Amino acid sequence: MLLSVKGLSKRFDGLHAVENVDLDLPEGEIRALIGPNGAGKTTLVGMIAGRIAASAGRVTFNGEDITRLPAHRRIARGMAYTFQITSVFARLSVSENVGLAARRHLHGAAARNAVVEALDRVGLGARADQEAGDLAYGHQRLLELAMGIVQRPRLLILDEPTQGLSEGEIEAFQDLIRDLAQETTILLIEHNMRVVMALADRITVLDGGRVLAEGTPEEIHANAAVQAAYLGGGDAAAG
Amino acid sequence: MRALTLHLGLLAVLLALHFVLPAYHHGNLARVMVLASFAMGYNILFGYTGLLSLGHALFFAAGMYGMGLSVQHLGLSAGPALMLGLLSGAVISGALALLALRTSGVAFMIVTLMFAQAGYLTILHFSEWTRGDEGFVLAQAGRMLWGFDLSDPNARYVAALILFGICLMLSLWLVRAPFGRVLVAIRENEERVRMLGYDTFAHKLAALTISGTMAAAAGAAYGILFGYVGASFAAVQYSILPLLYVLLGGAGTVLGPFIGTLFMFYLIDLSSGITTAYMLIAGVALVLLTVFAPQGIMGELRRRLWKGLP
Repeated sequence: MLLSVKGLSKRFDGLHAVENVDLDLPEGEIRALIGPNGAGKTTLVGMIAGRIAASAGRVTFNGEDITRLPAHRRIARGMAYTFQITSVFARLSVSENVGLAARRHLHGAAARNAVVEALDRVGLGARADQEAGDLAYGHQRLLELAMGIVQRPRLLILDEPTQGLSEGEIEAFQDLIRDLAQETTILLIEHNMRVVMALADRITVLDGGRVLAEGTPEEIHANAAVQAAYLGGGDAAAG
Repeated sequence: MRALTLHLGLLAVLLALHFVLPAYHHGNLARVMVLASFAMGYNILFGYTGLLSLGHALFFAAGMYGMGLSVQHLGLSAGPALMLGLLSGAVISGALALLALRTSGVAFMIVTLMFAQAGYLTILHFSEWTRGDEGFVLAQAGRMLWGFDLSDPNARYVAALILFGICLMLSLWLVRAPFGRVLVAIRENEERVRMLGYDTFAHKLAALTISGTMAAAAGAAYGILFGYVGASFAAVQYSILPLLYVLLGGAGTVLGPFIGTLFMFYLIDLSSGITTAYMLIAGVALVLLTVFAPQGIMGELRRRLWKGLP
């Protein structure tokens, strides 16, 4: 198991944002994390990446208990985290944004090459010298993704990466993720059910901070409890 | 490359000025270069890392007293005394960083201000050694460095230029190195930097220590070049001055601190020649500059003319 979460909980002033969640993620899988707004998805991945301190539970990454490690040391062990609310360095250039992510483990020419490669991969190669804040929203999402890719993570955590992307960009994004899945494990929070169904090997459904169901896309699609809580019946939940 | 030429060019101009300036401006410029070194140290923390300290007088004074007390009471010669000044700046800024960096924003400003005031009061308290408010004049013998008499205007100018040159090139190198670029990223969005896997606390700790040590180098040099060590240099106005210099010249630009110091120095110098209410003129000029060039002189230049200016 690359990532193993046991009994992870988070309480904010008596509110159980996440309650007793178990999650096992084997190497090489694309796992989607879905659930209605407020289900605790972002809080859960925040605790995995160390952004948010857990109230209880344990996180094991690559066989090592990382529950007590601060975020930067978890990232250094091979996690990459992309933000839900776009959080690029708006006043720095696109290539410097990716460069900052690259230089944590690469130096000099190797870092510069990795930046070019990552930007080409997400299709922002032509915009390398632009200020990140001047990019269209969809392009900022792709920049976030490039900042994740360039770290060559063992686990890539993507929080709603397709939000704000156009149909065409979503197509390209799916191809990119399939390609990335050859080399890394992906934990994906996603609202767009078409993307989830197309990409995920397995899906974990959160509702009210608890795991409601887990299974293959087909199993989840057929699951009555999920239908009731989240999908609202049929294919109506796309987007 | 262009940036390197520009900064080396400034040093060349300053060296050339050494031979042509009349005595009055020659002396002023030596003073400006030392104060600009202080401001450059401040700029590393404020301009590049985005941490507003109100306590840099503590580091300036740490350098000055570390040097001055060891000349006065330990009988050290100038070289080792300067080193001791630098060392006390490094130790005090490092220790302060460990405490103050637990806070951020306004709390950080208050905490640094409090520590600097505590330092000021400490100097007054131990007046037996520091001679308190009155301060002490360094004996001629203590101001000899490698055979040069630093009380001589020519040696003083060259020494100030060397200090300034070191601080300038160090700043330029630092802010373009990977480390400095992480500092800039922390200024822009600390949480994001953390989630890229950087230890932001360690980076801020290093930034504050480098900043404080540079300020201490300026303080030690100021004491030895101008021959006087006094508590007024530890008072709050010496925490405000580098902030003003940096804001005027352009926070987050390598040349900004020098331009700001030069501007402010001559603004006060010229306006005090016109009226005794010189602070009024200086104040109006400052207000105008903040309104029309909020990013400071070099910041405005970067925005309009030279985007990549470091």
